[in-house]
Amino acid sequence: MALLEVTNLDVRFGLRQGEVRALRDVNFTLERGERLGIVGESGAGKSVAAFSLLNLIAKPGFIAGGSISFEGKTLNTMSERGLRKVRGNRISMIFQDPMMTLNPVLSIGEQMVECLKAHRRISSKEASAICLDKLRQVQIPSPETRLDQYPHELSGGMRQRVIIAIALLLDPDIIIADEPTTALDVTIQAEIMALLLELCEQHNVGLILITHDLGVVSQVTQRMLVMYAGRVIEQGPTREIINDPQHPYTQGLINALPQMATPGERLNQIRGSMPSLSNLPSGCAFHPRCNFINRADGKPRPACIEQVPGFVESGNCRVACHMVAEMLEDRRLKEETS
Amino acid sequence: MTAPAEAMAAHPTPTQNEKSDDSLLQIRGLKKRFSLSGDFLEQLRFKGGKLVRHQEYVHAINGVDLDIKRGEALCVVGESGCGKSTVARMVMGLITPSEGEVRYAGERIDNLSSRQLLPYRKRMQMIFQNPYASLNPRMTIQQTLEEPLRLHHPDWHREKIDAKVEDVMQSVGIDPDWGKRFGHEFSGGQRQRIAIARALAVDPEFIVADEPISALDVSIQAQVLNLLMEAQQERNLTYLFITHDLAVVEHFGTRVAVMYLGTVCEIATTSTLFAKPRHPYTQALLSAIPRLEDDRPQHIRLSGEVPTPVNLPSGCVFHGRCPHANARCKQEIPVLQTQDDGTRVACHAVEEGRL
Repeated sequence: MALLEVTNLDVRFGLRQGEVRALRDVNFTLERGERLGIVGESGAGKSVAAFSLLNLIAKPGFIAGGSISFEGKTLNTMSERGLRKVRGNRISMIFQDPMMTLNPVLSIGEQMVECLKAHRRISSKEASAICLDKLRQVQIPSPETRLDQYPHELSGGMRQRVIIAIALLLDPDIIIADEPTTALDVTIQAEIMALLLELCEQHNVGLILITHDLGVVSQVTQRMLVMYAGRVIEQGPTREIINDPQHPYTQGLINALPQMATPGERLNQIRGSMPSLSNLPSGCAFHPRCNFINRADGKPRPACIEQVPGFVESGNCRVACHMVAEMLEDRRLKEETS
Repeated sequence: MTAPAEAMAAHPTPTQNEKSDDSLLQIRGLKKRFSLSGDFLEQLRFKGGKLVRHQEYVHAINGVDLDIKRGEALCVVGESGCGKSTVARMVMGLITPSEGEVRYAGERIDNLSSRQLLPYRKRMQMIFQNPYASLNPRMTIQQTLEEPLRLHHPDWHREKIDAKVEDVMQSVGIDPDWGKRFGHEFSGGQRQRIAIARALAVDPEFIVADEPISALDVSIQAQVLNLLMEAQQERNLTYLFITHDLAVVEHFGTRVAVMYLGTVCEIATTSTLFAKPRHPYTQALLSAIPRLEDDRPQHIRLSGEVPTPVNLPSGCVFHGRCPHANARCKQEIPVLQTQDDGTRVACHAVEEGRL
């Protein structure tokens, strides 16, 4: 059994205009020590996915169906009290903006000790020792003086190191990191990412990394999910998806990167923009932007417009696309006849 | 930069500048300090029984020289706080330099009054980072695009303005029928297109773009970047492109200037910079780009953080984080020196052949 198992996760937001389905049919597993990336553009639902894992979706959002099972226990039906034992303790989170995460009126030491004492019965002295040790692990210079400093006295990179130290404080099994380096500069981003990767490997911690940066996902994770308009459209081993993306959207996303084009030439853009979740196109949500919607005869594939695509297995990857399904079917038929 | 251009930089005289038709914009010895100490009364402190005046400054730009040639896209890269946006704003005359000068087509523009600057504003336009903040929420798109035309062409009649607005909307891929809508009705990518349309409306020859795609999603970034490149080809535009994204620079830029803490540490053509980065900071910056190909980041780890521009380090501003720094780097400020291939680098280690 996997450490974390998410099946048919369905998250909705009850709005005045009606119910919006922010997430549907999300399925994935995470083994101990495994690193999983969730990629997508803003509005794809990747942060909702992260928040719903710990039942942190705020009203009017709610988990309408599916299950999140951690070590065999179902998190989404667990009581708030039970959840508190998991949150921050067994599964911890790192958010995008370190200034928003840290409490500005508490010193670094106070917030770290607070977190420890909420989960463990230990003396202040022991707690301080653990805090110091964790601050050393995240390579913060002169950690003793940092304990008495306030968040505003630290730089962005230092603050994110403190957040990582807090995330590691109770030796969790899984860290969920929601765009942990987006607010940081390039060189700092590279350092923080390397540090996070190193610590996860050292302590055998599982990592769920949410990002829009394909480069980061490609370097850090072993498996990845690509999300579009609230659904997972492709998932599988990171290397395979990056080297040979199957879904037209994943292909478009990778080909749109400046590093994939000859300098000075036109970039391969995806036309249009992501639809709003409250007004999704029929069938495959990507079909109005898809370059592969037309069949060989030049007419659009009816299924793409009428029917939401299900998953097909393609090698080690799962892809939700009618075109890929058709291609695989053709190949299978050819192999059968020959 | 060519040798004669450099000689000219040392003794700028109007006659020589008029001859250099190849550089459109010249920046010489540009400096900018921002006061941290408030007004005169707030600066007064008691020290040892005496009233003294205490002044503190953020040294945002510390002597920048740049030449932008006609038709090129000069990219300025650097991390936050390195002063790249301040340079852009000083070029546009949005803030006045503390020292140094900005010349546009040979004419000094940094000391002009806003009335005198008006003809230049028509020739140079700016695109800002955040399209949510740079469009007036109370104006329709039609009004937004009309405004620069009415200001710069007071003699134009209604039909001519309408035709121009329609034309410029079409050129950025926005349906002219959407003119009656307001900014909030558009997505981020569409808003940035409108901001670009506003800049193009007065047919400028020079555009300063300050992180124009940073606030956009990946698939939209490609669209906007393509649009900027098309506009450059069709209208023979010159760009000063400010960004922190090196992958974009590699694709878009003709030449690149790398900035660190208010100084330029390396200027080179894009292909040279990416093939052979000289300055240790450029090397670290390039190695930090998360690439798709590598499985493992092999980046150069820089120790420490960017120092505060309030108390600048002595000598080379990068010496505290530089793996190659020696005693000379701590004392002497390096100046840009031209290498064999035309790259200009401000680094003692490169100069001494240690790197």
